[in-house]
Amino acid sequence: MAKIKLAKDKIEKLIDICKSFNNEGSELINVLHQAQHNFGYLPAEVQEVVARELDVSVAHVYGVVTFYSFFTMVPMGEFPISVCMGTACYVRGAEKVLEELKKHLKVPIGETTEDGKFSISCLRCVGACGLAPVVTIGERTYGRVAAGDVADILKEYQN
Amino acid sequence: MEQMIKLTIDNKEVEVAKGTTMLTAAKQIGVEIPTLCHMHLEDMNIEHNPGGCRICVVEVDGRRNLAPSCNSKCEAGMNIKTHSMRVLNARKTVMELMLSDHPFDCLVCAKSGNCDLQTIAQNLGVREIHYAGAKSTYKVDTSPAIIRDMDKCIMCRRCETMCNDVQTVGALSAINRGFESVVAPAFEMDLEKSTCTYCGQCVAVCPTGALTEKDHTNQLIRDLANPNKTVVVQTAPAVRAALGEEFGMEVGTLVTGKMVTALRNLGFDSVFDTDFAADLTIMEEGTELLQRLGAHLKGDKDVKLPILTSCCPGWVNFFEHHFPEMKDIPSTARSPQQMFGPIAKNYLAKEMGVKREDMIVVSIMPCLAKKYECQRDEFKVDGDPDVNYSISTRELANLIKQANMDFVTLPEEDFDNPMGESTGAGVIFGTTGGVIEAATRTAYEVYTGKTLEKVDFNALRGMEGIRSAKVDFDGLELNIGIAHGLGNARKLLEEVRDGKSNYHAIEIMACPGGCIGGGGQPLHHGDTSVLAKRAAALYREDAGKAIRKSHENPYIIKLYEEFLGKPCGELSHKLLHTHYFDKKNEIEIE
Ligand code: SF4
Ligand code: SF4
Ligand code: SF4
Ligand code: FES
Repeated sequence: MAKIKLAKDKIEKLIDICKSFNNEGSELINVLHQAQHNFGYLPAEVQEVVARELDVSVAHVYGVVTFYSFFTMVPMGEFPISVCMGTACYVRGAEKVLEELKKHLKVPIGETTEDGKFSISCLRCVGACGLAPVVTIGERTYGRVAAGDVADILKEYQN
Repeated sequence: MEQMIKLTIDNKEVEVAKGTTMLTAAKQIGVEIPTLCHMHLEDMNIEHNPGGCRICVVEVDGRRNLAPSCNSKCEAGMNIKTHSMRVLNARKTVMELMLSDHPFDCLVCAKSGNCDLQTIAQNLGVREIHYAGAKSTYKVDTSPAIIRDMDKCIMCRRCETMCNDVQTVGALSAINRGFESVVAPAFEMDLEKSTCTYCGQCVAVCPTGALTEKDHTNQLIRDLANPNKTVVVQTAPAVRAALGEEFGMEVGTLVTGKMVTALRNLGFDSVFDTDFAADLTIMEEGTELLQRLGAHLKGDKDVKLPILTSCCPGWVNFFEHHFPEMKDIPSTARSPQQMFGPIAKNYLAKEMGVKREDMIVVSIMPCLAKKYECQRDEFKVDGDPDVNYSISTRELANLIKQANMDFVTLPEEDFDNPMGESTGAGVIFGTTGGVIEAATRTAYEVYTGKTLEKVDFNALRGMEGIRSAKVDFDGLELNIGIAHGLGNARKLLEEVRDGKSNYHAIEIMACPGGCIGGGGQPLHHGDTSVLAKRAAALYREDAGKAIRKSHENPYIIKLYEEFLGKPCGELSHKLLHTHYFDKKNEIEIE
């Protein structure tokens, strides 16, 4: 018998979330959304509880979590970085900016730096095409970012 | 009445019911369109047609795009071409794209010769791959029964349908998206750590070498060549009803005698029959049933009924993972494979004058779960397994081919004694309903003290997923339930758990059809009609046996007299019974 450990208040919160969707397996995506909103990310333990409450297989929950890019299994950094990959940003060099970020922070997309400070993710169009390419860090938005700006931007968060 | 429509396929007129797919309509006039992701298990009412692979495309007059025939419906007046230049080119392109992300391992792949992807590529005449692209690289996941090599996965998702819809195990799911997507257990853990039951139904439908059994033939060849080892073999009932298929023999041909000859030619010291152990299972399980029933009739409130059969290790894995709260309901009798082992190593070895450590017990099984079962710790003595390893029907066929035997023309020989003698009751263990019929034959006579005039219980036979029947035990009416396929087992089990059923005994087999449809059998490529034919073969062998009740097997009687004492006695409990584990993931509060 393997044990999955999770704090009591977290389990209770999850059970509540599932209940608010009538424990319907078909509400899985909405439940996961809520769970991620509450916990910031969806670790294996959370997925196990959700699977049990909704009476679906854990494999299925994991399948859904890995299919949609907005779900994450690792806690986001203190300063979550998002790079817009909408068409406008893309054609104006968002990819280069992303590469530069990955190079500086030494983590791939979807992951968090070891010190827990930054995480990188990609977004579909954020609707600020006039400012393309757009990068958001936490609540702040940076427009017309060029690869060369990355180092300076990151410096703002270095201490 | 169904509305019929007329259309033309390859210049032939065809009439089909409205709603028929183009694929089915084509089949009706003898046109076999290649398919990969599509799977239709008619007897189980399961049609898997995600329409993902596009190898089955056809051209429809007046339509701009080619249509995937497996999930496009016929319409009146349609004119369909299944092998126009455009169709063939498109199929070739689809195939080349698939192969561009597929390892070129055909020469050494376990599935070679039996692989749908390979066959279709050959039939399409693909001689060159015009696309170069990135290839996926996943780690190979080796469990005690099944090997997953996801580099060979074409994302047809047939395995998922088997695991999730038919078996309701839910061990597998498609994960990630796009090029990264693959079928895997939760958190990409190894299969061994997941809730997989090793029923092998995913392996049985995988069109490629992505899912295969853990192969033990090399180990076997080594042991057979070792002069210091006495290697004995047991063969499960379902094997003899299917092995011939691997050599082009008609489905449903019984090859018992040829199989014995082949095993002897391979160099086994003795060739025995798991059916003997099946008779032994009936003695133990039947006795347990009567004990529980007796206590129940006397008004004992604690006794657990119904008793559930426990001879299928896939089913045992299933309830250990999914219904551990009910683990005291199944019989504690071990499976025939695991009854054979300890009798061979504790009794037969002495008779033969062989030391336990010098005896190798091999089993030939239709089953992949048995590969796992025989290496469970509770079936080992000081680390030495009672059954050393298990070989599937498919692996045996390959070994016979390796040894240059012309199976079809082999003479027919008999099993060795004492553990080769079995009754008709032991034979029918291989099909759904067989175990409970065998148990009924013996329990009836023991309970009533009367001779059973008619040993055939037709009410217990058939291929329906869940069946129930009443059997009259001389005034006492017994309610018997039968389920095969774990999805059906789940339904019956939930009824029992919720107190909604009044069964006395239930037989459960993990594989659809029972062991004749096991994960280690010759591949049926989705054609489940072979199952009924294999079952019929076993009933034929049963009908032809002189002795058809387990308790009349003279060697079983002798075994109890000389060695075991009485059924469910002390020694039996030690050697022939087992206990079960709670394998459910518990969520613990931190
Ligand atoms: S062996 Fe059975 S339980 Fe295991 S993954 Fe395959 S279908 Fe599912
Ligand atoms: S593992 Fe086999 S059956 Fe499953 S999706 Fe891949 S190719 Fe299909
Ligand atoms: S039904 Fe037979 S082949 Fe299938 S898992 Fe059970 S014992 Fe093995
Ligand atoms: S077989 Fe029709 S799309 Fe795969």
